[in-house]
Amino acid sequence: MSAVRNIPSPPENVEHTAFWAAANEGKLMLPRCKDTGQFFWYPRNISPFTLSNNVEWVEASGKGEIYTYSVMRRADPNYVIAYVTLEEGVSVMTNIVGCDPDSVSIGQKVQLDFQDTDGGQKVPVFKPA
Amino acid sequence: MSIKGIAHIAGIFEHPTRKAVDLSVAQLHAEVAAGALADAGIDKDMVDGYFCAGDAPGLGPLSMIEYMGLNNLRHMDSTDVGGSSYVLHIGHAAEAIAMGKCNVALITLAGRPRAEGMATGTSPRAPAEPAPDIPFEYIYGPTVVNMYAMAAHRHMHEFGTTSEQLAWIKVAASHHAQYNPHAMLQNVVTVEDVVNSPMVADPLHRNDCCVISDGGGAFVVVSKEIAAGLKRDTVPVLGHGEAPKHLNGGKIDLTFTGARWSGPLAFEEAGVTPADIDYASIYDSFTITVLETLEDLGFCPVGEGGKFVSDGNLISGEGKLPFNTDGGGLCNNHPINRGGLTKVLEAVRQLRDEAHPKVQVKDCQVALAHGTGGSIGTRMGSSTVILGRADA
Repeated sequence: MSAVRNIPSPPENVEHTAFWAAANEGKLMLPRCKDTGQFFWYPRNISPFTLSNNVEWVEASGKGEIYTYSVMRRADPNYVIAYVTLEEGVSVMTNIVGCDPDSVSIGQKVQLDFQDTDGGQKVPVFKPA
Repeated sequence: MSIKGIAHIAGIFEHPTRKAVDLSVAQLHAEVAAGALADAGIDKDMVDGYFCAGDAPGLGPLSMIEYMGLNNLRHMDSTDVGGSSYVLHIGHAAEAIAMGKCNVALITLAGRPRAEGMATGTSPRAPAEPAPDIPFEYIYGPTVVNMYAMAAHRHMHEFGTTSEQLAWIKVAASHHAQYNPHAMLQNVVTVEDVVNSPMVADPLHRNDCCVISDGGGAFVVVSKEIAAGLKRDTVPVLGHGEAPKHLNGGKIDLTFTGARWSGPLAFEEAGVTPADIDYASIYDSFTITVLETLEDLGFCPVGEGGKFVSDGNLISGEGKLPFNTDGGGLCNNHPINRGGLTKVLEAVRQLRDEAHPKVQVKDCQVALAHGTGGSIGTRMGSSTVILGRADA
C-alpha cells in the first residue's frame, strides 16, 4: 500500500451543488438525458445529446472497469489517474486508490469508494473490486 | 467556394532564444513579428490583419496591436484552441483574405515558461477561467504528461503498440535536430536511450516528451496578388481543416485525435491525398501525439502507426515520410508549450528549399503541417494545413 495522495476540494459551481451533497452521503449520482435515455458524463444540467434540461439523476451501481490509466512517477507519492468505464456505460476520470500502483491494469474490475478532500468534501475514487 | 491558392505564406521567423530571461512576452511577440515581416519584405504599415492566441499578453490583439504600433488593422482573430491555434489561424487568415477582410495577416506566438520556472508538464495546472469540467477532472491530478500517457496506454492495449515503436519517433527527431544549431537537444539518441530514460507517467518516458522552451515564431499570410509583387518565393495555402474532439458525454475513445476529421477536410480542399505529401510537420508534444496523428491523417491504417514509424521511416533521406526536420518539439523547441506555429515554419522552409541541406527533402512540392491543441486525453482542437510551392 502506498501513501495516499491529498486530493484538493473541487471548485464550487452552483450547477454541481446537489451532485456534491450526494457524494457526501456516499452516492455517485449520474445524469441521464430523459429525452434519449442515455447517461452522460461529466455532470451537468443540460443534456449534450439534445441541449435540453430534461435531465434526471440516477445513483450509479459503483461497479466499473479501468479503460486506461497512468501512474504519475514525478509526484510524491506516486498516484494512479484513470478513466473508469462504469456499468452504466460512461467513462469517468478518477484516481485508483487502495492498491500498489504497479498492480493496476487496463480491464481491471474496480469498485466505487469515496475519499475526503482538504475542505471536507468527499469525492468519488475507485479501488480494486 | 474554397481558399485554395487564394493566400500565400510570404514570410516566417523563428526566435533563436530558448531561454528568454531578459525578454518580456510582448517583446518576444514583437521581435518575431518584425522578423517575419522582414523575411517577407513587407512594411508593418501594410499589416491589416492580426492573429494571436492565449499566449499573447493582456487582451491579446488589443494589447499587442498597441505595443507593436500596427496602425492599419481592420481584422482581428484571437481564436485559442491551445497549441494548434496558429495552424487554425492560417485557415482563418485565408478565409478573411478570400472575403476581402484583410490582405496582409500577421500571426505571432511567444512566451517564456522556462524563464518563469513553470512546471509545464508534471504538475496539474488550474485553468485561469473556471470551466465546467474542472471539478470532475482537476482534483484527480491530471497533468499534461499523464493525460497523453493514458492515450498511449489505451493505444498499446488495443493495437499492441510498444514503447520501442514510440521511441522511433524521438529517434527520427533527434537525427534531424543534430543539424539545427538552435535545437535544445542536438544529440542523436537510440531506441534504447528512449526506453531507458526515466519514466515520467507510464508508459511515457522522459524522452517521449517534448522540450520546454521559451521563444516563439511568426508568419505572414498575404493575398496572392500581394504575393506576386514580393521578391521572396511564397508558399500557397492549398487546403485547411479544423476539428474539435472531446469526451463525447463520457463515450470516450482515446486511440484517435481530431486529425481524423481535420485531415480529410484539408486534403479534400487541396485536392491531394496522403500519398502526395512530400514532407509532414506533425505536432509532437509527445511521441504518442505523432503516432495517433499519422494514423488519423491516413498515412497508415489505424492501429499500424507503431509499425509505420519504426526503423527510421520518419527520417529525412531514409524513410518514406520525412517529418519535423527541424527537430520538432521533441528536440528543437516548444515555445510557451504551444508547438503549432513552429510546425508551419519548417514546412515553409522545406517548400522554399531552405531546410538544412542534410534534411532538405528533394523536390519538395507538397507539405502538410498539423497542430494538436488542448489534450488528447480530454478535449482538443486539431488543425491541418496543406501547403504547396509558389511555382507549382
